[in-house]
Amino acid sequence: MKRTMLTGAICILATMTIAGEVAPDDVVFSEYGEVEKSLSGLEGDPTTGKEIMVARGKGNCIACHQVTALEEFPFHGEVGPTLDGIAERRNAAELRGIVANAKMTYDGTIMPAFYKVSGFTRPGDAFTGNAADGPLSPLLTAQEIEDVVAYLQTLSE
Amino acid sequence: MKTFVQGGVMALALTTGMQVGADEAANLVINGETEITVRTEAPEHLDNLSKIYSGWIFRSDETQALQMDDFDNPGMIFVDQGRDAWAVAEGSEGKACADCHNEPESLADARATYPKWNDEAEEVRTLAMQINGCRTEQMGAEAWKYDGSDMLNMEALLSSVGRGTPINVAIDGPAQSMWEQGRDLYYTRTGQLDLSCANCHEDNYGNYIRADHLSQGQINGFPVYRLKNAKLNGAHSRFKGCVRDTRAETYGVGSEEFIALELYVASRGNGLSVEGPSVRN
Repeated sequence: MKRTMLTGAICILATMTIAGEVAPDDVVFSEYGEVEKSLSGLEGDPTTGKEIMVARGKGNCIACHQVTALEEFPFHGEVGPTLDGIAERRNAAELRGIVANAKMTYDGTIMPAFYKVSGFTRPGDAFTGNAADGPLSPLLTAQEIEDVVAYLQTLSE
Repeated sequence: MKTFVQGGVMALALTTGMQVGADEAANLVINGETEITVRTEAPEHLDNLSKIYSGWIFRSDETQALQMDDFDNPGMIFVDQGRDAWAVAEGSEGKACADCHNEPESLADARATYPKWNDEAEEVRTLAMQINGCRTEQMGAEAWKYDGSDMLNMEALLSSVGRGTPINVAIDGPAQSMWEQGRDLYYTRTGQLDLSCANCHEDNYGNYIRADHLSQGQINGFPVYRLKNAKLNGAHSRFKGCVRDTRAETYGVGSEEFIALELYVASRGNGLSVEGPSVRN
């Protein structure tokens, strides 16, 4: 009995969306891949965004992108372009779209979609190698996407 | 030898990347006598690569050096264990490998041609499957666990005696359909990270992902002694780790999918040398 209730509670939590938040399946991309509105409904925090950029269990953006402003954190990758000066080349809507699902901007890109939960082949349960057990969570939450976007907007030349 | 070292230092000095360490210009000669082809023209069936490279060239100088002398290669301990097993009679027939094959060196060409089609069994067999075929069909012995230590020791032995032999896996004839299945898998993006083998190992070899230097994912060096886990590793186990890292549900070690993928990936290395047991990070 207790167990059933608990499972029910977890199910509700998993499908519950926070007020003002756009669920991953409901994100509206423009023809060019931009996402105009904040996914969380709130402003992003660049300080938290910086932490997400370098954390291996979060965005780990520097795994593929070189960022001079993040040089204190070791080992920047070379797979994606440098993000130095990205704020001057891309606006918030473009950056949000690319972080949420870069394939909407760059067809076929290697970059994973950080706010996407469906349409995958053989989705797993995180890094266990087992099949996903229930609905997927996005790689980053709506607010974490906003935080990263806010940090990227600080990267001027 | 000295010239090689000097060449290595030169190449290092010229490297401008942030992550110095890999000497991509180095050549591999084992024990000062066995020349290993670590770079060559890509086989004809490969449309997207012009050159193929052994994973050895993407490793640090220190890791590269471990494979240049059998006394330094930690994988050779397991070759010795495989050689011991070679002589042990097992199963209902009371036979050892040595009873039919004499010295392991008589099978020096085997590693280079697997996986390959087996007419009698009417299936593509990996080297591991063929070893188990010998055990169950000829010796009346129990099959070894796929990628288990007994199996990897024997594969290491058969690889070691074949070092320097060019990989020459057949992709046509009865093996073709499985080869095509493997090619499809190679280009299929899996998991929540939505990555195919090709995304990293064809499109981005030579680049770093964080601190990892991406290779072409060649398997001519298997079984591989990895410094990371200090043991021999089979190709299927490595495939499994890669697929897992895409946040996907993996295929099983010894599964039809991984047999097909092994056939295809092995064929991408046609022309490189048998290198096992190689040393990697």
